[in-house]
Amino acid sequence: MPEPPELAVHATDLHKTYKSPGGDVPAVRGIGLAVPPGEFFGLLGPNGAGKSTTIGMLTTLVRPTSGAASVWGHDVVGDSTEVKRRIGMVSQNNTLDSDLDAFENLEFRGRYFGLGARDARRRADELLELFGLTDRRKGNPFEMSGGQAKRLMIARALVHRPDVLFLDEPTAGLDPQNRVNLWDLLRGLQKEGQTILLTTHYMEEAEVLCDRIAVVDHGRVLAQGTVPELTATAGADTVVTVTYEGAPPAGLRERLDGRDGVGKVEVTDGQVRVFAREADGLLGELVAAGAGSGAVVTDASQIRPSLETVFLSLTGREYRD
Amino acid sequence: MATTTATAAGAGTAAQRVTVGRTFLAMMAREVRVLRKNFISTFVRVLVQPVLFVFVFAYVLPKLGSGGFGGAAGAETFSTILVPGLVGSSIIMQGVMAVVFPLMMELSWQKSITDRALAPIPVPLLAVQKIAAAGFQALLAGLLVFPAVLFIHADGQAPQITVANWPLLIGVLVAGSLLSSAGGLLMGTLMNPQKVQILFGLVLMPMSMLGCVYYPWAALENVRWLQIATLINPMVYVNEGLRAALTPDVGHMSFWVYGPVILIGTVLLVWASARTFTKRVLT
Repeated sequence: MPEPPELAVHATDLHKTYKSPGGDVPAVRGIGLAVPPGEFFGLLGPNGAGKSTTIGMLTTLVRPTSGAASVWGHDVVGDSTEVKRRIGMVSQNNTLDSDLDAFENLEFRGRYFGLGARDARRRADELLELFGLTDRRKGNPFEMSGGQAKRLMIARALVHRPDVLFLDEPTAGLDPQNRVNLWDLLRGLQKEGQTILLTTHYMEEAEVLCDRIAVVDHGRVLAQGTVPELTATAGADTVVTVTYEGAPPAGLRERLDGRDGVGKVEVTDGQVRVFAREADGLLGELVAAGAGSGAVVTDASQIRPSLETVFLSLTGREYRD
Repeated sequence: MATTTATAAGAGTAAQRVTVGRTFLAMMAREVRVLRKNFISTFVRVLVQPVLFVFVFAYVLPKLGSGGFGGAAGAETFSTILVPGLVGSSIIMQGVMAVVFPLMMELSWQKSITDRALAPIPVPLLAVQKIAAAGFQALLAGLLVFPAVLFIHADGQAPQITVANWPLLIGVLVAGSLLSSAGGLLMGTLMNPQKVQILFGLVLMPMSMLGCVYYPWAALENVRWLQIATLINPMVYVNEGLRAALTPDVGHMSFWVYGPVILIGTVLLVWASARTFTKRVLT
């Protein structure tokens, strides 16, 4: 078996701008990624951040406007057929072949990738068994539940044993039970050495599954690393948010800036958000400051650092799924 | 579930030596499988119109005493005129439908074309594969319609078919099939999938009514402007080519007209539709 390349997925300064009658729409504005073989990598960001466009470029179906990317050492534009041989892709939509039943979807995928007729049928049955779909063998892929269709799509992406498995929002629209089952399945694949790159807008999903994460927003990578590395970039172990009715108490910012352990302070309309380290009692102080100056506190919260805090500190916006 | 995936993955073992040609053939095998499943419904649809047509015009009307229906073209029976015309129009209609109907689904927002676009084959070759598959269906449609229109007629109304030139017949059938499926792919990729009924109402219907199906092109000399106008209709050339091959005694266009038009037209349509298809698939 040939040695795996240094990087399974490598992208440098990828851009994609869609031409439209209303003007150019930039979807991806300079994304760089480096994913070594065997890694479980996540692109995390809200809807419209450019994740699907990025995965589209890596899987050869979206042509980059500029920049370069390679998968398993092969250029996604110049050598797209070789890239397609080496990847499995699970799209967000149900792209199963509706003219074929579940078994045939796997059988013909195998044949497209060079398996002989008998090997393709054997592999199809093997995967139906492994993915718990044997009783849906003759089923139409559009008459299956969302969880079954998604499992069949993952099975189909694995028929030819790809070097890199791409998944675009694999659990969007699945109920919680199916989501957890799918997580187990993906973790099992990684244990077998499968390199996986997924996109998700669920923070929990990225946190639970991925070795490393790139936080993406407005077509750019805001930060990249392991979960502890990312939370460290927020420069805080606690985020305290207090909302006042009307304006926050006067002079609050100055007072906070001088306090030990306080990092970034954000004051907006009626809200103060403090990124702090070892700041016991900070929440109480902020509430008391309100009481002392006559500003009524309507909401107060303190959260531990998480990808949520990272996103907050990077964009100044709440993360919404 | 985690333990059940034990042999699902196999990172690093990818890339069994798969050639583009092998992938192409596997895709054709898929088409044959799908065709086999839908055979009855697909070809009943293909047969209904021409069979009813010959039934009414070559059987019922002669029985009612309108025997001289095809008299305008000379001594030959109307069924003699109809055989090449109905075979040709069935080929064109089926070639277009066999590519446009699946395409509506494949290019809709679900983009199920992704399934095959991710197979290890260049996207323009995927377009060629679709043309070949739909062309095969068109050819099959022509071959099924042929006996139907040959044998349904009243006494004394039999068509006079003489195949003098087999290579010509086969050439026109095959090239006409590819011409129609490539044309279908071009139209299907240029238009919005929701507007497909416009294609049938405003393109295919006039094409077959004015496509020299029910009269030979030469007979149109009495309506000179129409004779010239119909030259933009590709169906005319296929039907005239079939007339030359099946009913050489009926006046038909010269090979040096329909031959180059069919051949060059097919090449141009394959090239153009492969381009528009690639543009629709790769964004």
